[in-house]
Amino acid sequence: MLSKKLTALLAERILVLDGAMGTMIQEHQFSEEDFRGTRFKDFPKLLKGNNDLLSLTQPQAILKIHRKYLEAGADIIETNTFSGTAIAMADYGMEHLVYELNYQSAQLARRAADEYNQKQPDKPRFVAGAIGPTNKTASMSPDVNDPAYRAVKFDELRTAYQLQVEALIDGGVDILLVETIFDTLNAKAALFAIAEVKEQRKLDIPVMVSGTITDASGRTLSGQTVEAFLISILHIPLLSVGFNCALGAEQLRPYVQRLSRATDLFISVYPNAGLPNPFGHYDQSPAQMQALLKEYLDENLVNIVGGCCGTSPEHIQLIAELVKNYQPRKAHTVHARI
Amino acid sequence: MQESDCNRYLTLSGLEPFVLTPESNFVNIGERTNVTGSKKFLRLIKEDNYREALEVARAQVEGGAQILDVNMDEAMLDGVQAMTKFLNLIAAEPDISRIPIMIDSSKWEIIEAGLKVVQGKCVVNSISLKEGEAAFVERAKRIMKYGAAIIVMAFDEAGQADTLERRKEICKRSYDILVYQVKFPPQDIIFDPNIFPVATGMEEHRRNALDFFLAAQWIRKNLPCSNVSGGVSNVSFSFRGNNAVREAMHAAFLYHAIQHGMNMGIVNPEMLEVYDEIPKELLELVEDVLLDRREDATERLLAFADDFKGDGKKTEKAVSEWRSLPLQQRITHSLVKGLDEFVELDVEEARLICERPLEVIEVYLMNGMNVVGDLFGSGKMFLPQVVKSARVMKKAVAHLLPFIEAAKLEFPQEGNQSKNAGKVLMATVKGDVHDIGKNIVGVVLGCNNYEIIDLGVMVPPEKIIETARKEQVDLIGLSGLITPSLDEMAFLAQEMKRQGMKIPLLIGGATTSRLHTAVKIAPEYDHAVVHVLDASRAVTVAGNLLGKDTYEPYSKTIREEYSKLSSDYLGRKKEKNFLTIAQARANKFALEWESYQPVKPNFLGVQEIEVSVENLLPFVDWTPFFQSWELHGKYPAILTDEIVGEQAQSLFDDANQMLEDWVKNKRLQPKGVYGLFAANQVDDDDIEIYNTESQLLETVRTLRQQSEKTAGAPNLALADFVIPKEVGKKDYLGFFCVTAGFETDAIADAYKTNLDDYNSILAKALSDRLAEAFAEYLHLKVRTEFWGYQQNESLAKEDLIKEKYVGIRPAPGYPACPDHTEKRTIWKLLDVERRIGIKLTESLAMWPASSVSGSYFAHPESKYFGLGKIRQDQVLDFAKRKGMKDEEAFRWLQPNLAE
Repeated sequence: MLSKKLTALLAERILVLDGAMGTMIQEHQFSEEDFRGTRFKDFPKLLKGNNDLLSLTQPQAILKIHRKYLEAGADIIETNTFSGTAIAMADYGMEHLVYELNYQSAQLARRAADEYNQKQPDKPRFVAGAIGPTNKTASMSPDVNDPAYRAVKFDELRTAYQLQVEALIDGGVDILLVETIFDTLNAKAALFAIAEVKEQRKLDIPVMVSGTITDASGRTLSGQTVEAFLISILHIPLLSVGFNCALGAEQLRPYVQRLSRATDLFISVYPNAGLPNPFGHYDQSPAQMQALLKEYLDENLVNIVGGCCGTSPEHIQLIAELVKNYQPRKAHTVHARI
Repeated sequence: MQESDCNRYLTLSGLEPFVLTPESNFVNIGERTNVTGSKKFLRLIKEDNYREALEVARAQVEGGAQILDVNMDEAMLDGVQAMTKFLNLIAAEPDISRIPIMIDSSKWEIIEAGLKVVQGKCVVNSISLKEGEAAFVERAKRIMKYGAAIIVMAFDEAGQADTLERRKEICKRSYDILVYQVKFPPQDIIFDPNIFPVATGMEEHRRNALDFFLAAQWIRKNLPCSNVSGGVSNVSFSFRGNNAVREAMHAAFLYHAIQHGMNMGIVNPEMLEVYDEIPKELLELVEDVLLDRREDATERLLAFADDFKGDGKKTEKAVSEWRSLPLQQRITHSLVKGLDEFVELDVEEARLICERPLEVIEVYLMNGMNVVGDLFGSGKMFLPQVVKSARVMKKAVAHLLPFIEAAKLEFPQEGNQSKNAGKVLMATVKGDVHDIGKNIVGVVLGCNNYEIIDLGVMVPPEKIIETARKEQVDLIGLSGLITPSLDEMAFLAQEMKRQGMKIPLLIGGATTSRLHTAVKIAPEYDHAVVHVLDASRAVTVAGNLLGKDTYEPYSKTIREEYSKLSSDYLGRKKEKNFLTIAQARANKFALEWESYQPVKPNFLGVQEIEVSVENLLPFVDWTPFFQSWELHGKYPAILTDEIVGEQAQSLFDDANQMLEDWVKNKRLQPKGVYGLFAANQVDDDDIEIYNTESQLLETVRTLRQQSEKTAGAPNLALADFVIPKEVGKKDYLGFFCVTAGFETDAIADAYKTNLDDYNSILAKALSDRLAEAFAEYLHLKVRTEFWGYQQNESLAKEDLIKEKYVGIRPAPGYPACPDHTEKRTIWKLLDVERRIGIKLTESLAMWPASSVSGSYFAHPESKYFGLGKIRQDQVLDFAKRKGMKDEEAFRWLQPNLAE
């Protein structure tokens, strides 16, 4: 149902995805006490930096960030669940909270989106459940002396993702977004979990996939080329495929071009605000990013545009203004099918 | 062949994509990493020797396998564990994991274990209806969630399909379940309709091959989008032991199977004759069997095969006089003459009289090699002979190794350590693929009792350092041919210094020089850095560096020598006067354009071209070939040269013998691509390239001489030879890229595996020559036909080599255009990688190594020149024109920068 609605909408216009969550959270400069709130006052581990936890301890702040992006014109907002798996949460000893974190985060985003759906019924807003890559990799060894070793296995990832996916769906997301993929095998475990949940629940929920090209080699961290990555994730029905993070709009463009040539799925892109400066901050202004993304639109490359690290509601607002003047990419522009 | 209409193609992936289109050639699946098919692989896995097992996989990929079949089905193995470990290890080897994996097992848990560790899209080999429909459906569904293609065996509850009807019935049923019930993508289905042996004498086997062909045809026509595969060697099972007949059967079977629609399969390339080369009589008999054309086909083939079996053609060689000499003299004779026929016999004789097997090496063989070393050192033996001696030595040592190992077990307390002269690590640096010189140095040092650890080509610095540490080597030898490799060497020296290493560095390769080593590399490292001009000096240098008493004085002398060279060089740099780039442009080569009428090419656009080795032979320039073996002199005079003539002739004979084999057995398929375009000079130094609609495709950036010239002499740039846009006349420019090297590595490695470095190096040197010959051949075609600006040209071969024709074909890296980055432009214009597969490394070396690329200028005044040194202002301007960062431009043009 929703898949069809989204597909129809994407054929009509370019949709805007929101911007960075982490960057917006940083602006609040939350302290360790703020992260803990009252509930985790006596939790044995340090919790500062566990951004997903803020959905439980600072829900108003998260809600506000969602609202800002919706106000800026985002059609799709992402839940605050980038690290919402038992594997990523193990760093904080919070594996047992994974369901609740994802469920509450989904509810917050849902609430914000519904407010705007009521306000502007002619501009439907969607919630995408963000599914991050975890902090471990299934196809590379962290130990140079033992290349056959793996810090995480497919089945562990699959189980962890399954719980996240169930909680996100229960919490009310419209879309599942497997994002920032640096190791395709991790993503395949997430897609496996999604396929199982869909089958068990007889549910048709749209899935977006977004990979990450880590450097000028034009490959994923696990070594795949753009086309090889694409082939490796096409076995599950997808709404869109694209790239986010790691690079700025300028550096990412050739890879989005290649992707756009190779598939007739909808194409998404949400780059960082340029490359980080020596202090790890992103300096690209909303206007600069807008100008760079304009080239994508001039080339008719994309269907969904947003921002990743370093982007703000101001960036998203300029992107939303920009895309109004453009037609979305049409699938029949595909040159070489994969 | 008729095929159903289908526009969805089988896609797979490793690190790189794989797409099987109707235009694709037959897909060869590598099958040596299979414990059921390869005794060697089974042994390696059982012995937990995964390192060597990986080399088996690597050899398959390098040998051209497009998919790698991995099978761990052996009763004594933990298949799940072995599959997981091996695939995990493959994932860490980018040159193996670039191709897709075929997970091959009859056990579902092993297949699933494989699917859990591979990021790319694999092929599952196989599933079938053997265990009933429910299991079939469940597995197919599960495979869909992992994302993989499948091989479906023609097998059902009642057994394996052995007739045409059963094959059709089972494949159709499988297809319908998969496509309509499971919703499996039909293009991801590969049928294996069972290849069974023929000529078994059993009546019911007579149609085995024919039925397979017809089944393949039926499947491709009636089961849309699906594919057909099979294991070919099965068909010739009844002729085990008679390889000549088996090879012919495989070739003929494959020929017909492909005609009928089989588009992928498992074929051992070593067990395959070329279809056209099968003797006519044999072919007819084989095809009679395969196609079931005669009642008595099997009997006739069997009768013929018996005659064919005898390999007894070798005539007994007369036992030469030298065989009656004493043992040591015989061994020395074999080594000096490079004869390998009797060496194992003699070594065995020596082993029986020695107390320890190691003594044979230390005494008999080393005595012989010392003679070789002395003869070489005094100029009485030449490099090709030394390399042949090394081949004999390796063979002898290989014979002794098992005994040495056994002795180690027997007498562990006795010092069984071989006393070698030192350990040398050899590597061609990152980004570079050239290794002939490095291999020669390795062999020569090996002959002199050094242990060589050869890391091969494109070796990253961290791997060199890591290996040097782990293996505790005594020397590191670095090699490189293209200019960016010089930077890599300097970088490695810096890195070694940073990490506090002391191992002496040897620098070699065509672009390196004593001066460069002194100025750029030696200052980066606090310990010995020595430039080695050629292989014959390597032994002396290594000896001096490793001698206890010689190291100090020698390295001190070298250091002083280099620092003087360096300061002299840096001191004199200001002597030359340079123009600004604007001044240089004002003094450009002013051709008169009014009366000049460029010839419009007969063909505009891009075209691929393949030429047989045979057709290239007349274009081979032999002189550089002899140079690569350190035999100096002009061909053909060198063959009768008083000193090196005999050796040159012998080398020349060996080369021709190899070429003959290549021609006869079509071992090499040189490939090329060229393009001819409209073009105009713009802004003095650039050349715009247009398509037939006059739209701008690319802009070629050329560099201009900047040193001050004598009055009247221009400051040249290649762009000067093209009509400027403002003249208002169209001019033209061409580009080309050719290679003779796709098969070379496999050929050379096969020799190397056989301990035959001589032929390994020979193969590489010849490929290089063939690539150059191809460039010459193509240039002629371009001049006389494709472009046709010299339609009446007829030059003798010597004149071709002396470049007496009109027009030039400079290549990026030539003195006129040292900028390698222009290769990227050529790659874009000609779509080189996609069309013919030649790749550029990060240092812009071409892979395969035996490749040549460049551009064509037709103007009668165009000529080769040397750019010489240029100034910073041009580099900055060049960076701007290319849209390149300043640092990057400086890095590429460093060797040409006047300081």
